Amino acid sequence: MLNIKNLKVGLAEEDKQILNGVDLNIGEGEVHAIMGPNGSGKSTTSYVLAGKDGYNVTAGSAELNGENLLDMDPEERAAAGLFLAFQYPVEIPGVGNMTFLRTAVNAQRKARGEKELTAGEFLKIVREKAKSLKIDAEMLKRPVNVGFSGGEKKRNEILQMAMLEPKMCVLDETDSGLDVDAMKLVAEGVNALRDGKRSFLVITHYQRLLDHIKPDVVHIMANGKIIKTGGPELALEVEQNGYADILAEVA
Amino acid sequence: MNSLIGKNEISDTLADFFIQPNGATWANNIRSEALVAFNDFGVPTKRDEYWKYTNPQKLTMIPTEPAALFSNDEPPMFESIDRVKIVFVDGILDLSQSDDLILEGATIETLVDATSKDIHWAKDLFGSLEKNGQKPVKRPLAALNTAMAAEGLVIRITDKCKKPLAIRYIHNSETSDALVHNIIKIESNAQFTLLESGAGAARFNSVLEVDVADNADFHHVRTQGRDHERKTVTHIFGRLGKESIFKSFTMTVNGTLTRNDAVLEFTGDNARATVAGATAGDGESFHHDDTVFITHDAVNCESRQVFKKVLRNGATGVFQGKILVKADAQKTDGYQISQGLLLDDNSNFLAKPELEIYADDVACSHGSTVGAIDEDAIFYLVSRGVPRKQAQDMLVLAFLAEAIDEIDSNDLADDINDRLAAWMNRR
Ligand SMILES: Nc1ncnc2c1ncn2[C@@H]1O[C@H](COP(=O)(O)OP(=O)(O)OP(=O)(O)O)[C@@H](O)[C@H]1O
Ligand SMILES: [Mg+2]
Repeated sequence: MLNIKNLKVGLAEEDKQILNGVDLNIGEGEVHAIMGPNGSGKSTTSYVLAGKDGYNVTAGSAELNGENLLDMDPEERAAAGLFLAFQYPVEIPGVGNMTFLRTAVNAQRKARGEKELTAGEFLKIVREKAKSLKIDAEMLKRPVNVGFSGGEKKRNEILQMAMLEPKMCVLDETDSGLDVDAMKLVAEGVNALRDGKRSFLVITHYQRLLDHIKPDVVHIMANGKIIKTGGPELALEVEQNGYADILAEVA
Repeated sequence: MNSLIGKNEISDTLADFFIQPNGATWANNIRSEALVAFNDFGVPTKRDEYWKYTNPQKLTMIPTEPAALFSNDEPPMFESIDRVKIVFVDGILDLSQSDDLILEGATIETLVDATSKDIHWAKDLFGSLEKNGQKPVKRPLAALNTAMAAEGLVIRITDKCKKPLAIRYIHNSETSDALVHNIIKIESNAQFTLLESGAGAARFNSVLEVDVADNADFHHVRTQGRDHERKTVTHIFGRLGKESIFKSFTMTVNGTLTRNDAVLEFTGDNARATVAGATAGDGESFHHDDTVFITHDAVNCESRQVFKKVLRNGATGVFQGKILVKADAQKTDGYQISQGLLLDDNSNFLAKPELEIYADDVACSHGSTVGAIDEDAIFYLVSRGVPRKQAQDMLVLAFLAEAIDEIDSNDLADDINDRLAAWMNRR
């Protein structure tokens, strides 16, 4: 599904290298987790995959189902099936949440040559999905993320993911800022999307989310590289001992 | 049509260029007095403080520069609204294209008719709000208008009008130079909505005097015509009685030079006024100036100034807004916001917000910002699959929305929104 090879990335504006050769292969239907110290390059990896400006790819490649992601505009990557749940979802005053969602859903359908949803069809689906995430109708009417609490913003990300039905979902710290119940809701939302084909890359600091969303593979990122890869037990190890041992081991 | 009807081709001053209309004695006196004032003020120049950001030369040169006509496939504004329609062509009333001048709750006359009657209620209003609005800042082009305008409507509202009156100003001659003067008196408890649209003329100078009595409502929605080369100067003078409402919104796209002055005065307590504008400018020749002066001279009144301008390809937007709160105008709530959204580095937004407050128990706030489109917001939208152009359009409309929200009628607001959305794909 997602194949990242020796990805090296620096900042466009200043002479600073952030990713120093990331390798990552996620197969169809798999769930991978990335953990790692603050500033190790986890969000940067997700941004580069999604196509954010401001980064220079100096080496390596990233492919989604064999297509070169790095050559595409961000909207093309979305249409190809990539989705990023942001660590910090952006507030957009003046753009209604519903208008935004419908525009996005239909833009993707159009890009894939599918029929656009009518207002009625769209409304029906969004209401149903919002309900399961306990997002009330009032919130849907508000401008995108404006006045949403931290947890509401994260649930809104999952709602977008559910509506857009991507193939490859990247979740950047979707658990941070969530209370225990909200985390369960979000995890259920994610699990509901697991169908054996859709793949997930879950960036997190905490083992707790991984109790709910069971990963197949756990990676540790440090200094812009994946330094260790293992099974779910790796997350437990981090939870108990922190990163010191792992960092020392590879040093 | 000869666009120089009513004008002296051989004159070399602006005052001599127009010919003063001849009517009843009272009207002639008002016009002569305005002409004296105009001659006294002199023709405005870019050296005047109030024209610091806008060179008025295109508004004062004689004859006017011609302006190419603009044809488009869009239906005219407000076509879907149930209204009484009145058409002016190059500043001259065209009864053949207009509905009958009949609106329930209103009496509508032409300025020509009203000013030729020996006795008329308009005697006390014609030119009086304009004259009042000359202090403390001189507005010579408004005085010129009062002195020389032969055309316009004189409207008296005695009841709650169910339908709006829609005036359409058609620009039909490349050299037309028009002066239009409208007078509206809204009696106590009456309500009236005025819609205006169209470029009007190659050069269009309009004055609107509105007297809103106690408990009366005035709603005004205006669009200024897409002709690229039009030159426009407008003045709205409003007086608000006790517990009255005055709401004016203007959408401006295209045009070479547009200067919109609004001068409002609260004279009765507990009244509310809004002046708002959404502007979209494209190209170096686009220059748009909103200049607002609101005087609070009564207790517990609320005024709002909400101006949004999106500018691209070297366009310039200007806002000068003042709130003057007199010593007795306690509990005044004055709000003012002006924002420029620059779609490139060549465009400019200049703002001069001013507060002058003599009362001690007031809440006034003003803010002015200028900025580019929020790239993080764009990335958020495109990462969801929205094409970049569409994402930018969404953000531009979102930016303008705060001004459009000041329109009470949803139908009118939707109409305005659609026009602005369409504008983004062409000019
Ligand atoms: N636009 C930028 N300008 C300057 N530095 C940047 C920029 N983007 C990323 N960095 C730097 O790159 C490094 C990696 O940042 P990144 O956000 O990817 O870390 P992270 O692993 O997601 O951290 P966290 O766990 O705190 O979210 C950090 O040192 C960060 O300061
Ligand atoms: Mg991060």
